[in-house]
Amino acid sequence: MERRTIFAGWALPAAFVLPQLLLTIFFFLWPAGEAIYGSLTRQDAFGIKTQFVGFENFVDLFTDPLYVESAGRTVLFCAAVSFLSMGVALLLAVFADREIAGRGFYRTMLIWPYAVAPAVAAVVWLLLLHPQIGMIAHGLKAVGVDWDYKINGGQALLVVVLASAWKQVSYNFIFFLAGLQSIPRSVIEAARMDGARGWRRFRTILFPLLAPTTFFLLVVNLVYSAFDTFGTIQALTQGGPGKSTETLMVKVYRDGLVNQDLGGSSAQSVVLMLGIVALTVLQFRFVGRRNSS
Amino acid sequence: MKRRTLLATTAAAAALPSAGFAQAKTKIVWWHAMSAALGEEVNRIAREFNASQGEVEVEAVFKGTYPETLTAAIAAWRAGQAPHLVQMFEVGTGSMLAAGPAVKQVWQLSQETGIEFDPKAYLAGVRGYYSLSDGRLASMPFNSSTSVMWYNKDAFEKAGLDPEKPPVTWNDVIAACRALKAKAATPTPMGSAWPIWIQFEQFAAMHDLVYATKSNGFEGLDTELKVNTPPFLKQMQRLLDMSKEGLFKYAGRDNAADAIFPSGEVAIGFNSSAARAAVARDAKFRWGEALLPIDPEINAKPLNSIIGGASLWTMTTPSRTPAEYKATAQFLKFISQPDNDAVWHQHTGYVPVTLAGYELSKQQGYYAKTVGADLPIQQLTRGEVTANSRGFRLGRMAELRNIFSEELEKALQGQQGAQAALDATVARGNRVLREFEKATKG
Repeated sequence: MERRTIFAGWALPAAFVLPQLLLTIFFFLWPAGEAIYGSLTRQDAFGIKTQFVGFENFVDLFTDPLYVESAGRTVLFCAAVSFLSMGVALLLAVFADREIAGRGFYRTMLIWPYAVAPAVAAVVWLLLLHPQIGMIAHGLKAVGVDWDYKINGGQALLVVVLASAWKQVSYNFIFFLAGLQSIPRSVIEAARMDGARGWRRFRTILFPLLAPTTFFLLVVNLVYSAFDTFGTIQALTQGGPGKSTETLMVKVYRDGLVNQDLGGSSAQSVVLMLGIVALTVLQFRFVGRRNSS
Repeated sequence: MKRRTLLATTAAAAALPSAGFAQAKTKIVWWHAMSAALGEEVNRIAREFNASQGEVEVEAVFKGTYPETLTAAIAAWRAGQAPHLVQMFEVGTGSMLAAGPAVKQVWQLSQETGIEFDPKAYLAGVRGYYSLSDGRLASMPFNSSTSVMWYNKDAFEKAGLDPEKPPVTWNDVIAACRALKAKAATPTPMGSAWPIWIQFEQFAAMHDLVYATKSNGFEGLDTELKVNTPPFLKQMQRLLDMSKEGLFKYAGRDNAADAIFPSGEVAIGFNSSAARAAVARDAKFRWGEALLPIDPEINAKPLNSIIGGASLWTMTTPSRTPAEYKATAQFLKFISQPDNDAVWHQHTGYVPVTLAGYELSKQQGYYAKTVGADLPIQQLTRGEVTANSRGFRLGRMAELRNIFSEELEKALQGQQGAQAALDATVARGNRVLREFEKATKG
């Protein structure tokens, strides 16, 4: 079926495309270009002296054990956040996808946290887990846990993972719930008649049929945990103690804005940009193939 | 005082309607990082200056935290939109001095506008931090504090210690902490805000130790950190041991530990002298202020402590006129007048930056009324200033502090020993210093 629209001239189509093009140029191509240029230079904070240094910043980056460590930490962090938030969301969605009283109410409640800004979410967790004033912290201390994430790296990582994952559960929940509801009831009915019960039905029918949703969410969650958790981490731990919660994003901020090392920070941004390009290509490929088949 | 403010406000109100006609008024923009009550004080200063004369109008703009203000100033200068004045924290001094054409140092400003600033009018500890090695003033001292030891007199009494006799040496501190712990007078005996500034930078200055070569960077960009020598090792080991014994609680970098003393969480709390207002407001117990403890085995004759806080830098843009620079200088002159300096000091808990402001506060009987408020000044002016106690002129110093904090945190978690932490600080810090040197020399 031919779905293309043929325009007579080039002025009208150009006018249609222009706003989007301008947005892309001003908000993506220009800054990205600046970052790439910056990554090849060494400059003082005020940009008074700028020297072209080629790939020196990148060489410094990859020979810096702290950067490599930070990259490893980011992978671990992203995996933990994605697994936790998707796991919890899937569990909630499976239970919410039933005929029970008041489900409209608590479905709505489950979606609420998504509207909370990252920094606010972090403050809520801060108030709960703060070693001196936190309610949960008091509880933990009462049962003999030596809770102080300000000086315990493992606990600090746990705190930022929890806060970041909690924030994303609602989003995942919506998608999982929609995914579950789009599974034809007849398939489930058939499985039931074949005698497949709860867990078995989930493992053999629901979960495989949810695969496209799961894959989409996996990519979204990885991107979220790598890039959007900066506000949460900054508000909770600022990357500390030591470097226990310093993800690549926190490091870019720290080196660029706090330490004024613009060359090094730009190089890190370029690396992150390549990462996100790779993830996007992966997703387009996968989703594209499904649609064409 | 009240009457003066009132008069000033009236004058300001009276001046308002005529502002439309006064075409010749020069407008000065001042970016600062003072929030809440301190921000109000900044606005008051601007208001009083505007009311005091008819040619210049200062507009004070809050720009966020110190690092945010620094970033904003840099971005604005790059865009040719820099403010006339910017308040810059003391650890940004090295970076600002390297900013060449972006700033106009006080001595240059003085030369161009003919408005004199006498460096000798300022307290030595303050002046040293913000001047060139030959004594010319680079930036205008504004809010300066030093660090002191706050202690909980009720807790001291409970632990059987004399509440009027705060510990003087580090051995006294440890003994006091053990007594406090034995009686569980507070959840933890000791805590510290600004751990690196207070426990290492101040420690180095007071004990006349080399923190970095080239007079802590004053003599050249090719400076190197030296904080892995035995005296620093002793101090680091002491903190680690105290932490292990449950005598010291680490509660975060920079000002993260501000609240633990006033809340009664610790009985001995190290913090800036500018914490006075908060302590006075929040502490539900009798408290005292004391000098920082010393280690007589390292140096029995302690020197001056160094300052923290910020100074004002004059910034440039391509289109800035001599009249604007002159107006900027007039305003700087205004804030350094003794009565303005004394008011700022008494309202905020920062130390007076001028000797005359200090004398005036004395005459007004401020220290008789507010016992202990002159203690920071005594500590700042103790002994003869040496190359090690003048302050710091290290590039990217905020980053150096972060590196030190990270290594300290790792050591407190038991991931490395004291020597390893200090060696790592030196190695990582020197890399940053070399980067800064390369970037600045160009």
